[in-house]
Amino acid sequence: MIRFDHVSKRFSGQYDALSDITVQIPDGEFVFVIGPSGAGKTTLLRLLIRDILPTAGTVHVDDWNVHTMPSSKVHLLRRKIGTVFQDFKLLTDRTVFENVSLGLEIVGKKEAEIATRVQDVLELVGLAKKHRSFPGELSAGEMQRTGIARAIVAGPAILLADEPTGNLDPETGWEIFTILQEINKMGTTVVMATHNASVVNDVKKRTIALLHGKIESDEANGRYHVAKHTKKP
Amino acid sequence: MSAFATTAKHIRRSPYQAMAAIVTLFVTFLLIGIFFLSAVASAFVLQYFERKPQITVFFVDKATKEDADALTKKLETTGKTSSIKFVSKDDALLIYREQNKNDPLLLEMVTADILPASLEISATEPKFLADLEPLIKDAQGVEEVVYQKDVVDTLIVWTNAIRWIGGIVAGLLTFNSILIIMTVISMKIALRRDEIDILRLIGASPWYIRMPFILEGGLYGLVGSFGAWMIITVLAVWLRPALLAFLGVIPVIHTLLVSATSTQFVLSSAGFLSGMLLSGLLLGSFGSLIALGRYLKL
Repeated sequence: MIRFDHVSKRFSGQYDALSDITVQIPDGEFVFVIGPSGAGKTTLLRLLIRDILPTAGTVHVDDWNVHTMPSSKVHLLRRKIGTVFQDFKLLTDRTVFENVSLGLEIVGKKEAEIATRVQDVLELVGLAKKHRSFPGELSAGEMQRTGIARAIVAGPAILLADEPTGNLDPETGWEIFTILQEINKMGTTVVMATHNASVVNDVKKRTIALLHGKIESDEANGRYHVAKHTKKP
Repeated sequence: MSAFATTAKHIRRSPYQAMAAIVTLFVTFLLIGIFFLSAVASAFVLQYFERKPQITVFFVDKATKEDADALTKKLETTGKTSSIKFVSKDDALLIYREQNKNDPLLLEMVTADILPASLEISATEPKFLADLEPLIKDAQGVEEVVYQKDVVDTLIVWTNAIRWIGGIVAGLLTFNSILIIMTVISMKIALRRDEIDILRLIGASPWYIRMPFILEGGLYGLVGSFGAWMIITVLAVWLRPALLAFLGVIPVIHTLLVSATSTQFVLSSAGFLSGMLLSGLLLGSFGSLIALGRYLKL
């Protein structure tokens, strides 16, 4: 269970990136977080992994108060939450296999177990044949699949995806979304920040819309209104 | 990828930085090792002379045993001596032979006749030496009086000088080494900032992230100190005959240097190596830890 209670976040010298956010996400749910750039989507996700701290309010992940937990335990929280980034954040000097296995190495798994688990996850994301490739040899979609594989390899309870289709063409975006849906079906809570209107509108999942750091709507079958939820250039 | 493999990768990627750190540590440990051994040797020399009698009285060739006995009796009656030992010409020859048993040429050239008989005197307290001195000088047949205190005082001055100079040089070099390791490790941290951020975000523990850097510093220390030990050992073996000739009179040093394959030499060398490696590991790791504390907030 993820719980935000009256959470606000103000970056120094700026307006509130988030303002009085109260929301709950039960275990196993798939939730879209939408809104124009600067609405606070990424801030919301960063608060969950304690990459930043709230200015006010509390963030809970299960029984952990993310704000008050000691710094020495933060890595345990982050192991519970897999994160997929828009810019993939892969280590360019390591192969697909090595990038994915990183998620298990950091928890001290044995080599044999790592090999089996990584192979399974790479098959799930459709990258089994590319396990020896380096990120520079992959397409954007393949890099994002690698990022997803790394995020889920240790079996996190929650998967955060920060605009995972943002750098991808529509077709590849759909493929990535399909993988995330598969992961959700296995019981993992998925929180996906996105600008991908077609995905949001077609699958009809719970959608939290943010605007100027506040929750504009929180609907079970939410819709992405391009005019409202996309910042005009 | 294990912490060791990651460390090896860090080093392979910036070999010149690694070399700078290793060479600095090598020079540091070379000089520290030389000063350490000099300090130990001077301590043995000092200990040797401190254990010797406080006054040695050498008699002229014509002096008789009766002259020595008379002086002994005169000194004993003062009640200020703790021991008086007569060393005859024959005893002196035996001592000489023992000290030079490895040099047949020296043994052939010396007979008991040319060695002086002597008295080895220790006072109950050092302050009584001044009271004994006139009695000794006025005694019949006395040729030369050697006061051990003068020798020991000179040695203490030298030993302290070696310790102070060695300590200051070692301190400065250690400080310099820590700065170099800090610089190299902080550059590596800056180069790997993206990787560190990724590791942090996917849940790597702070020690998982720090460990390759600590191992890297430790490895620099190990390689540098091992190189220094090798050079010092080669020097010790090469200079062994000269050292034996100069310091062979000291039993501990003689036993140690009598053969480069002796158990004592091998064990001492192994012990010295262990100490050097441990110091290198600690110094390198310590430098890394300081750099991590300063430049890597997790």
